[in-house]
Amino acid sequence: MGHGPAVKLGKDNAAGYKAKIGITMFFVYTLTYFIFVLINITKPTLMQIQVLGLNMAVVYGIGLIVFAFVLALVYNHFCTQAENRLNK
Amino acid sequence: MIYAQSPLAIGLFISFVLLVLGLSFYLGRRTTSSDGYYAAGGNVHWFTNGIAFAGDYLSAASFLGICGMIAVSGYDGWMYSVGYLAGWMVALFLVAEPMKRLGKYTFTDALDSKFNSKSIQLMAAVSTLVVSVFYLIPQMVGAGTLVTPLLGLPHYAGVIIVGIVVTIIVATAGMASTTMVQFLKGGMLLIFSTVLVVGVLVRGFSATPENDGKAYHEFITLQATVAADGQLVLGDPSYTVPANWRDSAFAEAGMVKLVKDGIDTIWYLQADGQGGYLLEETLFQVQLADGTRLYNGAPASEGRFFPVGHMKEINMGGETVLQTGAVGPLAYLRTLQDSTIVLWGTKHVRTAEGYYSIYYQKPTPGTQILRPGLRFTVDNATAGEKFNFFSLMLALFCGTAALPHILIRYYTVPSQAAARKSTLVAIAAIGFFYILTLFMGLGAMTSGVINIMDNNMSAPLLALSFGVILFAIISSIAFATVLGTVSGLIVASSGAVAHDLLDNFFGLKMRDKTKVLAGKISAVVVGIIAIYLGIVFEGMNVSFLVGWAFAIAASANLPAILMLLFWKRTTAQGVAASIGVGIVSALGLILLSPDMYVRYGLLPSDAPISFNSPAAISIPLSFLALVVVSLMTKRVEVSEEAVEGASA
Repeated sequence: MGHGPAVKLGKDNAAGYKAKIGITMFFVYTLTYFIFVLINITKPTLMQIQVLGLNMAVVYGIGLIVFAFVLALVYNHFCTQAENRLNK
Repeated sequence: MIYAQSPLAIGLFISFVLLVLGLSFYLGRRTTSSDGYYAAGGNVHWFTNGIAFAGDYLSAASFLGICGMIAVSGYDGWMYSVGYLAGWMVALFLVAEPMKRLGKYTFTDALDSKFNSKSIQLMAAVSTLVVSVFYLIPQMVGAGTLVTPLLGLPHYAGVIIVGIVVTIIVATAGMASTTMVQFLKGGMLLIFSTVLVVGVLVRGFSATPENDGKAYHEFITLQATVAADGQLVLGDPSYTVPANWRDSAFAEAGMVKLVKDGIDTIWYLQADGQGGYLLEETLFQVQLADGTRLYNGAPASEGRFFPVGHMKEINMGGETVLQTGAVGPLAYLRTLQDSTIVLWGTKHVRTAEGYYSIYYQKPTPGTQILRPGLRFTVDNATAGEKFNFFSLMLALFCGTAALPHILIRYYTVPSQAAARKSTLVAIAAIGFFYILTLFMGLGAMTSGVINIMDNNMSAPLLALSFGVILFAIISSIAFATVLGTVSGLIVASSGAVAHDLLDNFFGLKMRDKTKVLAGKISAVVVGIIAIYLGIVFEGMNVSFLVGWAFAIAASANLPAILMLLFWKRTTAQGVAASIGVGIVSALGLILLSPDMYVRYGLLPSDAPISFNSPAAISIPLSFLALVVVSLMTKRVEVSEEAVEGASA
């Protein structure tokens, strides 16, 4: 049994571009996530600040989930565009 | 036992299991090749695969464990949701497309794609097995938890039933049936969790929540004074106070045991500020010396052990109310934040009669429930406690993209774009579900449904408070959740044994049909191991157990995957060393952790290390091992054709 994909994949000219944009977005999200963790570790009282009538902990937590989805949509949009442009 | 079996729930449950088995046999008849067994032929639609991803991922840990943890620890339980979802960003941005490009059936294929290295084949297969088995434990524990209230069977029976059903599913059809089961289950989980949350919001809060039409147990408080001879004098003379109440083991724990109508009761003592005491009713379980268990002084069948979870004071818009009526999601959170909720503390007391677990009321402001600190120590935390918290959040972030049963799902779709799009669908579905878990957990916390001895059942019991039909549906879905995730894990494990070890590492060169047969036999063996471990770990919160699986996966697999993709100096020896160091260090730290010492029957304070989550040590060690060994060895890359030729 050999390695490589189970289905035949064509050459992907957009692979380099997609990797670059993926790494950039990964760092953006990682930073946002670890600031959340660091606040909890170093200044947990900050999480009690009221934002929109709720405390920062809830707003930041829900925000992280929504932000993940938005970033994923943006990433997919740019990747699809690049594939359409470069893999004609 | 705090709930009775329902024929409707049992009927629905059995129908669902039979449907899943029928689907499996049907799909199994069409699965004769390795491609079909391990990768569902590689032609699953990206949307189907995305929902199946969600089905795979929203395991017992997410549905049962997180809801249960939120129900008893508030926001700290939801931190697991935030961490689990964040992990998908690593999968989407860094791993999804390269994994699709490099691999065929297992994640070992991807790691080994450029090297054809025996050491990678061996280490990656071992890693797949270790991670899968650790991930299987909480699923099995969850299965046992579910079957007890549904069918009235003991925990071990539930574990055995799930083990047998799943092994049949996997041994008949592999990835094709697993994908369909996961798709159906993932979709149903999202729909009915939404229904449950809408129910919670429409019902709002009540100081006296009803549970399936039954009134909430009213916990009473007694007043007592201390007489000149030191004896406790109660306002209610129907209770008998032991003369030695101050010298008993209960008094050391701040409790007192009273007797009424020949039945023991235990009360939590609080000074009333005027020299007397307020005695608050508790829930307790005692295991007598002869092994008998009593619940609030009587056998379980007498139903004296009540479900709990209520508001002490509801404050809505600045006014104190007895009930709120329907509220929107934001108003729900705001009201809870401004109110006081009764959580439950635990104390253990050993006497000559037996071993007591006592649960007492802890009124807690909503502001504390909706911020970290009830489970994880964050205020005035020691360096060790901060480290433990950071390490857990790191494991959750890094673990997702390293889970074998998630990685193999990238091989079921036809292209890299489909792999990316299915991940996007998964993020949307899983993110939405995790927001629902906050409302389900808080709903359970305040609806009088929690079985304080097993919070894993909080979500199904919340459903029961809306009637037995929703309970039956939610329980069946939860059971399917376990079935689906366990079957995915067993497919990954059987792939590791049959494809990575027997075929590639040992070079047995089996024919296609033999390879599928080997995979099915492996599935049976792994299923038996999972059944055994599911029984051993009974009673632990399933989300906590999954935290361990994530830590091992992140330590063993992620450094190898990322460095292979992004560091050109990576060598085969470096990858193998990284996996080995990751497994040994993560597993070693877990086995020496305070929580494992409790499982050994030892004191947690005797554990040689003080933290439970190993990721912050084992992940850097794994990276370090890869870099050092890679720098010490020479990279020998093998062309794809050569790899094909060598292993064809």
